[in-house]
Amino acid sequence: MILGSINPAVLLAALMVAATPILLAAIGELVVEKAGVLNLGVEGMMIMGACIGFIVAVNTGSPFIGFIGAALGGMALALLFALLTQALMTNQVASGLALTLFGLGLTALLGQRYVGITPPRTPKLDLGPLSDIPFLGRALFTHDIVVYLSIVLVAAVWWFLKYSRAGMILRAVGENHDAAHALGYHVKRVRVLAIMFGGACAGLGGAYLSLIRVPQWTEGMTVGAGWIALALVVFASWRPWRALAGAYLFGGVVVLQLNLQAAGVRIPVEYLSMSPYLITILVLVIISSGKGRSLDAPGSLNRPFHASS
Amino acid sequence: MIRLEKRKEPSKFWGIANPFLAVALTMLAGGIMFAALGKDPVVAIRLIFFDPIFSETFGSYSRPQLLIKSAPLILIAVGLAIGFKAGIWNIGAEGQYIMGALFGAGVALAFFPQPGWYIFPLMVIAGAFGGFLWAMIPAILKTRFNTNEILVSLLLVYVAERILAAMALGLMRNPDIPGFPGSRDLRRYEAAHNAELFANTGIHWGVVAALVAVILAYVMMTRHMLGFHVQLAGQAPRAARFGGVSPARLVVICLGISGALAGLAGMFEVSGPGGQVRIEFASGYGFTAIIVAFLGRLNPVGIVLAGLLLGLTYIGGELSQMMLQIPGAAIQVFQGMLLFFLLALDFQTNYRIRLTQGERA
Amino acid sequence: MKKLLTAAVLSAALATPVLADTTKVGFIYIGPVGDFGWTAGHDRARREMVEHFGDAVETTIVENVDYGADAERVMTQMAISGMDMIFAASFGYGPDVNAVAGRFPNVAFQHATGYIQDHPNISLYDARFYEGRAVLGHIAGKMTETNTIGYIASYPIPAVVSGINSAYLHAKAVNPDVSFRIIWTYSWFDPALEADAAETLIEQGADVIMQHTDSTAAIRVAEDAGVMAFGQASDMVEFGPNAHLTAIVDRWAPYYISRVQAVMDGTWEAQNSWLGFADGIIEMAPWNDRMPAELQAEADALVAAIAAGEYHPFTGPINKQDGTPWLADGEVAPDVDLATMNFYVEGITAELPN
Repeated sequence: MILGSINPAVLLAALMVAATPILLAAIGELVVEKAGVLNLGVEGMMIMGACIGFIVAVNTGSPFIGFIGAALGGMALALLFALLTQALMTNQVASGLALTLFGLGLTALLGQRYVGITPPRTPKLDLGPLSDIPFLGRALFTHDIVVYLSIVLVAAVWWFLKYSRAGMILRAVGENHDAAHALGYHVKRVRVLAIMFGGACAGLGGAYLSLIRVPQWTEGMTVGAGWIALALVVFASWRPWRALAGAYLFGGVVVLQLNLQAAGVRIPVEYLSMSPYLITILVLVIISSGKGRSLDAPGSLNRPFHASS
Repeated sequence: MIRLEKRKEPSKFWGIANPFLAVALTMLAGGIMFAALGKDPVVAIRLIFFDPIFSETFGSYSRPQLLIKSAPLILIAVGLAIGFKAGIWNIGAEGQYIMGALFGAGVALAFFPQPGWYIFPLMVIAGAFGGFLWAMIPAILKTRFNTNEILVSLLLVYVAERILAAMALGLMRNPDIPGFPGSRDLRRYEAAHNAELFANTGIHWGVVAALVAVILAYVMMTRHMLGFHVQLAGQAPRAARFGGVSPARLVVICLGISGALAGLAGMFEVSGPGGQVRIEFASGYGFTAIIVAFLGRLNPVGIVLAGLLLGLTYIGGELSQMMLQIPGAAIQVFQGMLLFFLLALDFQTNYRIRLTQGERA
Repeated sequence: MKKLLTAAVLSAALATPVLADTTKVGFIYIGPVGDFGWTAGHDRARREMVEHFGDAVETTIVENVDYGADAERVMTQMAISGMDMIFAASFGYGPDVNAVAGRFPNVAFQHATGYIQDHPNISLYDARFYEGRAVLGHIAGKMTETNTIGYIASYPIPAVVSGINSAYLHAKAVNPDVSFRIIWTYSWFDPALEADAAETLIEQGADVIMQHTDSTAAIRVAEDAGVMAFGQASDMVEFGPNAHLTAIVDRWAPYYISRVQAVMDGTWEAQNSWLGFADGIIEMAPWNDRMPAELQAEADALVAAIAAGEYHPFTGPINKQDGTPWLADGEVAPDVDLATMNFYVEGITAELPN
């Protein structure tokens, strides 16, 4: 055992990077679910972002424009979901699953000619003296801009949901759409906007994989990250900062097990990789058995809304 | 302004016409895609929808295969639909399918290489029990702690997938072939083999089980008190409670039935067409079955048709890859289109399009 | 309307007429042809084979075919449609190939990396990847400055374990201080995880990364971190022009050409082939210029010696990890030991997952 070779600062830095794609997707899905919609198509929207972001970045030479393209790509697929579930009243679970199937196939087709290409490089953010601080500098201040953006996004969503009027309406719509409708809020409009936001975030998360983390395009390259993001929203009990903590925990488990393996510690990887899900279930049980139900599962989650007036 | 108005009764006409319209629209959109890929759209669509059944070359083999491919989807979907009707959302059938397979295979491997007529029935019981047990986790958490069953059942899929990998690499690994992942081939162990019951028909015990499940579900939903409770709980939860329907009991029953059927599907697959426990055993039947349940409008007969239709596109998709060199991804997109059209057009069954003035909702 | 459509569809002609002397060959793949790894390697060979034979051969592929019922069905349909030969390009197709082969005795089946051969119309073939790993180990042992080699492994199966052992033995031979750090990803393809694994290994002191997983992520991480790496299955130099020292390139084409030729000549018979450098089935990608000329010459010589059969990468004395003797002095590992290898050799400090 050579645990001494594991550097905690590096571990922290690595888990932030590992967590960023799932965090981005999760924060988007969190808003969607807060509005009372369950979109199981996160994986499909992520791979869409990964693919479109890659294609745009390669053709424009700019990773920045690539990320915008990724957000739009994810949003386009999300709009399809919105059309189905909000306008045509289809079942959300079935539509979300179909969305993932469709997204995986479509991107494999679109990306065919982009396999084996190296995308333009996304520069790391130069934070000057900050990155020279012992420990913290290495852990926190050596990342690319998207890592910080994801944290800013968490803060923004937190503020939006907690303090803004629009956020209050969104929560009301998710909690009890009939009441919200009776109060004169546009339930569907709110939900469509939330779904689009969710798609954009998932797209960004996918592009983080194809443009920064990996960076290459291969079909199916998200390998289940979208599903982890879904679990993460639950783990977070629909609270943005907990989503951040959860993403870092999920990322942390992955990075830690890699480090332990590399250090020569024999660990049962198969069983360890279950732990985030088991922990999530436990968290779910604890929050749902608690008395107060302030900010947990939105009351109208996965329930279709049709104004019957 | 266009708006939808809910019909008092689902439209019979659209109920029947929609699937045909959806298939036609998919042919049109898919045909355009195939043409854009430089493939003959007419031939492609013929390969997908007609050749598996009608082709002289492939039909006699593909028709039975349709049963093999569709049976697990139908078996799982029938169980899920009962819960969905009651508003109980088991979306973790994939996990229950895996656990059923592991329990069933576990029994077989424990008895290997003994012969015995009782081994296969024991596997069937174990398979159903495995799926049931896995479904009881969300059921009990729901009834005891009011934990959302959608999320717990989904999370348990990931756990089951990892248990599967651990089993294939560890406990259930074939000891005769050192080093390789995967269990013994159950098709080579006669007492445990879920073989074809009649040669070249594709009918194995899983197909029989699917048929029985469909009939039982149909009878239950239309003739039995439980079916009435399920409908009531789904449509008017408050009325159901006043009517003496225990929500907790319903949760346990619905999740139990769907879990057991998914477990059975997994067991019949692992002991028959699938053949062995291996890391890649789960290929998404549990998720596809959810779509099948909705395409069949949660109705047992509809589910049979939906399952067969989806099975057809899988087999036809393979044929079109093979004969026309259409990329696998295009087939996936094609299936996605079909699902979207089927789901999207279904609104006509329950809603009417009305032109109104001004915006309301 | 529906009927009309049906009639129109049915009246359309199907396939192009096939000449009687065309050999029809089907391929089934576990992944997509665009995976840039295992499946891409086989499809590259297929295309090369088609180029070689021109109109005399006609091929078809089906990608993303799951093991079990799906594989059995696709192969059966290929056989029904008149294929003379079917290549099943993944280990897991074993039981399915055997099931179908029994029913179509006139179709020649070629199963990659398998071990079940119940019928006389099944040939098995595999590559001696450990030969290439020996070269990688030699280069890694010479190039490392930190004396730490990082290894990203997929599943603990014999082909992967023998690769680790081969690389370790040859690194150790040229650099007694070398140590291996090994990460199992339990997946063949997970780009993000492989990137994380590479980063972890580099942070823990590795300056050469080896991988037995399919994505190119690790190469890029190595390039960014300024360390060295080897490609997998394909020449991956474009992903890390500085980092990429070389790669073991899968080249099934010479074998595919010879087997299709055998079917054409009517001389095809079942074989169990385990092929290496000597057969041109694997080859090394061009050496990176940062390798000293001397080392390049050594690597060339090593490849030549293995190809000529003068040297076997597993030549005793070699002990197992626990110190028990495996090969005596001068003894060469029997193929069966390599094909079922489930132990590390002496000197590797990590523990092999069961």
